[in-house]
Amino acid sequence: MPMNMHVDVVSAEESIYSGTALMIAAPAEGGEVGVYAGHTQMLARLNPGELRILEKEGAEPQPVFVSGGILEVQPYHVTVLADTAVRAKDLDEAEAIEAKKRAEEALANSKADFDYAKAQAELVEAAARLQMIQKLRRK
Amino acid sequence: MAGTKEIRTQIKSIKNTQKITKAMEMVAASKMRKAQDRMQESRPYAQKIHDVIGHVAMANAEYKHPFMVEREVKRVALIIVSTDRGLCGGLNTNLFKKAVIEMRRYRDEGVEVDLCVIGSKALQFFKRLGGNIVAESKDLGDRPHINDLIGSIKVVLDNFRDGKVDRVVLLENKFVNTMTQQAQATQLLPTAPSRDESLKHHWDYIYEPDTHPVMDTLLERYVESLIYQAVVENVACEMAARMVAMKSASDNAGTMIKDLQLVYNKARQAAITQEISEIVGGAAAV
Repeated sequence: MPMNMHVDVVSAEESIYSGTALMIAAPAEGGEVGVYAGHTQMLARLNPGELRILEKEGAEPQPVFVSGGILEVQPYHVTVLADTAVRAKDLDEAEAIEAKKRAEEALANSKADFDYAKAQAELVEAAARLQMIQKLRRK
Repeated sequence: MAGTKEIRTQIKSIKNTQKITKAMEMVAASKMRKAQDRMQESRPYAQKIHDVIGHVAMANAEYKHPFMVEREVKRVALIIVSTDRGLCGGLNTNLFKKAVIEMRRYRDEGVEVDLCVIGSKALQFFKRLGGNIVAESKDLGDRPHINDLIGSIKVVLDNFRDGKVDRVVLLENKFVNTMTQQAQATQLLPTAPSRDESLKHHWDYIYEPDTHPVMDTLLERYVESLIYQAVVENVACEMAARMVAMKSASDNAGTMIKDLQLVYNKARQAAITQEISEIVGGAAAV
């Protein structure tokens, strides 16, 4: 009788899969690894690819797509910490440059935004004045 | 009847405002529930990573990752999580007040401050204040995605890794309950992993490819998940604060309408009385 183990696939945004399974195949960086219950503790980085979860003997394996992440194996408990986004090093770099540029741009064309802030302040003042007038009129 | 018409238009305009605030209140209430669910969903990931890091740090006590080493603080990075839109009570103001106090405290100690702002309200505020903004993310919407944050987080993490920044502090709103949100400052880096002393029997993972790269990824993801959680929590805070603010606005509009209605009735009655007395006066004169 083959033993079952518990499998959790979680991402930062949500829980993707949770249940018992017989075997799980994961795309680790050094090649695909298959994990059965009773596997020794292991921590592996995953490549983007397909995670296959075999729930029981003879069943179709359940495919779950991961775009990278970390696989943690305990003898009877497997956790996949999946990345939600497609993470390539150069892609992250591009995002970082983008974020920096946005900050610089925002600082550079501060004129438009400053006017907005000023307008807002003026609006608040005008509203307060209006309220005052109304109060006086009511008396 | 000159005054009454003006009062009538005013009542109408206040009624319109009340309709809007009421609608906003209800929208915020339903969005808050969804945001709270998302808050719950992001917890297992952070918890699991936290556990794993704690364990790895236990097993490899001799290896110190740069993210775990305390350094002399010359420059700190503040990550400030705010909302994109206003009309949410004092939520942002309280947070910014806290941020300004922190900034002043660091400056008094001769420590320079970098800012990484998330949300357009923080961007507006700190731009006017004149902080050194190194990265920003905004327009995240009600369902923030981690993709939108990666860039800004990477800027901060890279600065920390390169030694340009010696400490990273996260300023966020904690969702206590619907009525209470609390501005809070938490140190993200360097992080001290909780050492689980209950793990007496010694065991260690098999690492693939190696301890250090795995640890690298783990810590990076950990920090990202913490910031993501803060952003999601901030959405819940925003909705709760907006709900409360809009409720009190609707109530205020209600009292104002009541008062104006009274003034209107009085004015109308006075006009009628005056008219009658004029007629009676006229008839008596004939």
